Amino acid sequence: MLVTSPAFKDNAREALADRQLQKALGNVRAGFIDKRRKAVEALPEFDALRDSARAIKDHTLAHLDLYLAAYEEKVTASGGHVHWAETAADARGIILDICRKHDARVVAKGKSMITEETALNDFLEASGIRPVETDLGEYIIQLRGEHPSHIIAPAVHLNKEQVEADFRRVHTDLPPGRDLSDPASLLGEARRVLRKQYFEADVGITGANFLVAETGSSIIVTNEGNGDLSQVLPRVHIVVASIEKVVPTLEDASQILRVLARSATGQEMSVYTTVSTGPRRPGDPDGPDEYHVVLLDNGRSSMLGTEFQEMLRCIRCGACMNHCPVYHAVGGHAYGWVYPGPMGAVLTPSLVGVEKAGHLPNASTFCGRCESVCPMKIPLPKMMRHWREREFERGLNPAVARYGLKFWAWFAKRPAVYRLATYLGMPLMAVAGGTRRRFRFLPFAGGWTKYRDLPAPQGRTFMQQWRDRDHVREGARP
Amino acid sequence: MQSETIMGEQRAEPARHNVGLFVTCLVDLFRPSVGFATVKLLEDAGCMVDAPMAQTCCGQPAYNSGDRADARAIAEQTIAAFEHFDYVVAPSGSCAGMLKKHYPSLFRGDAAWEARAAAFSAKVHELTSFLVDVLGVTGVEGGATGTATYHDSCSGLRELGVQRQPRALLASVGGLTVTEMAEADVCCGFGGTFCVKYSDISNAIVEQKTGNIAASGADMLLAGDLGCLMNMAGKLKRQGARTEVRHVAEVLAGMTDAPPIGGRS
Repeated sequence: MLVTSPAFKDNAREALADRQLQKALGNVRAGFIDKRRKAVEALPEFDALRDSARAIKDHTLAHLDLYLAAYEEKVTASGGHVHWAETAADARGIILDICRKHDARVVAKGKSMITEETALNDFLEASGIRPVETDLGEYIIQLRGEHPSHIIAPAVHLNKEQVEADFRRVHTDLPPGRDLSDPASLLGEARRVLRKQYFEADVGITGANFLVAETGSSIIVTNEGNGDLSQVLPRVHIVVASIEKVVPTLEDASQILRVLARSATGQEMSVYTTVSTGPRRPGDPDGPDEYHVVLLDNGRSSMLGTEFQEMLRCIRCGACMNHCPVYHAVGGHAYGWVYPGPMGAVLTPSLVGVEKAGHLPNASTFCGRCESVCPMKIPLPKMMRHWREREFERGLNPAVARYGLKFWAWFAKRPAVYRLATYLGMPLMAVAGGTRRRFRFLPFAGGWTKYRDLPAPQGRTFMQQWRDRDHVREGARP
Repeated sequence: MQSETIMGEQRAEPARHNVGLFVTCLVDLFRPSVGFATVKLLEDAGCMVDAPMAQTCCGQPAYNSGDRADARAIAEQTIAAFEHFDYVVAPSGSCAGMLKKHYPSLFRGDAAWEARAAAFSAKVHELTSFLVDVLGVTGVEGGATGTATYHDSCSGLRELGVQRQPRALLASVGGLTVTEMAEADVCCGFGGTFCVKYSDISNAIVEQKTGNIAASGADMLLAGDLGCLMNMAGKLKRQGARTEVRHVAEVLAGMTDAPPIGGRS
C-alpha cells in the first residue's frame, strides 16, 4: 500500500474541506465515546481489568520467543502448519503458494488489518486470484477501491447514501427499483450477495485477535459472523497474524476480551468470539481440510527492547482514535497508511520509517485522551514524543522549527538575558496591540493569526513588576 | 485546628508555607495579572510567596519537540531555583505537569539529579489543586457575576487530576453561576507548537470548542491554563463572540479589573 503519510498536511487539508467526511466523523464523536463510557461505568472492575490485561501482554512480550515457539508446537500438533514471514513480501509469497497449491480462484476474507499491512488484496488480484471481503465495512470499501479509515470500522468515513449508490452500481443483477433506503436493507443485500461467495471460495483468510500458545488456537471477534463462514466453509483456512498477537493461555485471552469490546464498541462482548484450532478432525461436522498460520514480523521484533516495545500491547480496539480530537478532525485516510489515529502515530513510524511518517507523531496536541482510554494503558503521547526525539537527533524536522527552538532555548537557559529581552520587548508588543488589545496579524505568527486573533500582552512582565514590589518591600524593612 | 479553612481567617496560623511561584512564561509575558491573582490567593491562604528571578520557562517546548538536552538544561535551572521552597505552585496544569510528571524522566540514569528531581517534583502543584487538596481551602471570596463555563485543560486534567478543585472554588464565589459546556474535557486544539505547525487541524478543534462554549450560554469562559485561554479567546474574538475570557485565578482572587484576555473590558 502506498504510503501517503509524508503528505499528511495536504491530506488533512482535503479532509477538513470534505463536508461529507466531516459529517461522517461527527458520528464517531457521537457514537463510540458514549457507548464506551456506559460500558465502562457498568463494570466497576474495568480499571483493574486493564491492569491485568496489560500485565498479561507485558509478560508475553518479555518471553515472546518462548510463547511463539510453544504456539507453533501446538498448531503443528493439531495438524496445522505455521509459516514465519519476516516481511510483508514473505507473507504474500507464502499465501500465494498455498493458494496456488489448491488452484484457488476465489478467496473469502474475514476482516484483517494485517492483510491491509501486507497489501494482500492487490497482490492476489495481480496473481489472478479474486479476494472477496466479507466484513460489511470491508466489502463496501473494496467495492469503492478504498482502504479502511478506521481499524474496527473501516467504512466509518462513508454515509449510507454512498453505500446505496455503490450497491446499485455493482449489484446490477438485482431489481433496480428495490428499496435500499434504510441500513437494514443494505445489510440484507450484502448478506445475500456474500453468502454465495463463501461457497465459491477455495481458501478462507482471516486475521486473529489472539493466538493462544496453550492450545495453538486463533481467536477472532466479529459482529457479523462473516469470519466464521470465511474460515469454516472453504477447504483451506489461512490465519494471518502478527507475532505480538500471542498470549499464553485461553484464560489470558478471555481476560483481555473483557476489555476489548467494551473499549471498542461499548459491547460487553462482540457478537461472535470464534476459536479455531487446526483443520477438521475426523468426526467434526465442519472445518477446513488444511489449516495454515502465517506469522508476520514486518519490523515488530525490532521494537522489542526499545522505548516502543509497549506499543506491541495494542489489541486494535480503536478507542484511541475514537477519542482523538485530531482523528475527529481529519479522519483515518489523512494519516496516509494502514493505521490511523494515535496508535498509528506510534506504530506507522516503526513499520514504514519515521522519515516517511514523521508528521504523524507530531500531529498531536498531547491531550492524553488516547492514553486515558487505552485498555492496555499504552503511553501513546510518551511514545510519540520519543519519535520526535529520534527526529530531532537525526535532524529530520524542518530547519525553521529547529533553529527557532534553539534560538528560544538560548534565551530560556539564560534568565538574566531573558529578563532583559522580555522587559524591553513585551511593553512594546503591548503598545502595538493597541486599544483592541489583540493582533489580527503578526509577522512570524501567521500560523496563529491565520485563524485566530493573538491576545496582546498586558505590558510590563510579571517578573519586572515583582522585582519592583520586592524592592519596595526591601526598602520598607528597617 | 478547624478542618475547613475560609480564606482570610488563617493568617494567625503559626506554620506558614514557603511557596515558590512558578509563574509560567505565558503569564509572565502576556498576563502578569494572573500571576498577581495567584499571589493573592496563596497569601490569603496563609502562604509566604516568592517568585525567584532565575525562572524562565518550564522547558516544555523543547521537551515536546524532542530536544531533550535543552529541556534538561532548563529543568536543572528550574530545580536549582526552586528546590529550597516547601512547595512550588504554578497557575497552569500544563507547566505544573511538566515540572511534576516529566522532569524526573529527563534525568533517568543520573542518580544524583534523579533524586533532586524527584524531591523537587514532589513539591509541585497546580494552583487550584494546591489550594483545595493541600491547604484544604473550601471557599474564596472571589469576584465575578454572571454565568461562567469552565474548560478542563488537558495536562491538568489527565496528568494531575485537576477537575473538581477549580469547580469547588468557583462554586463558593457569590454571584457567579457555573454552567457546564458539552465536552468540557476535550482538548481546545492548542497543544503548544501544534497550533502553528498544524494550524488547519488546530483550527478545526478550537471551532468545536467555541461551538460548545457558545451553546453553553455562558458569558464568561474560564480555564486554568493561559495557553488554552489565549487560543480559545483568539478564536472567539475572530468569530466576533462577546464571551469574556479569563484565567480562573483572576475570578477566584476577585482581581478582574484588568481587561479580559484579548478584549477591552
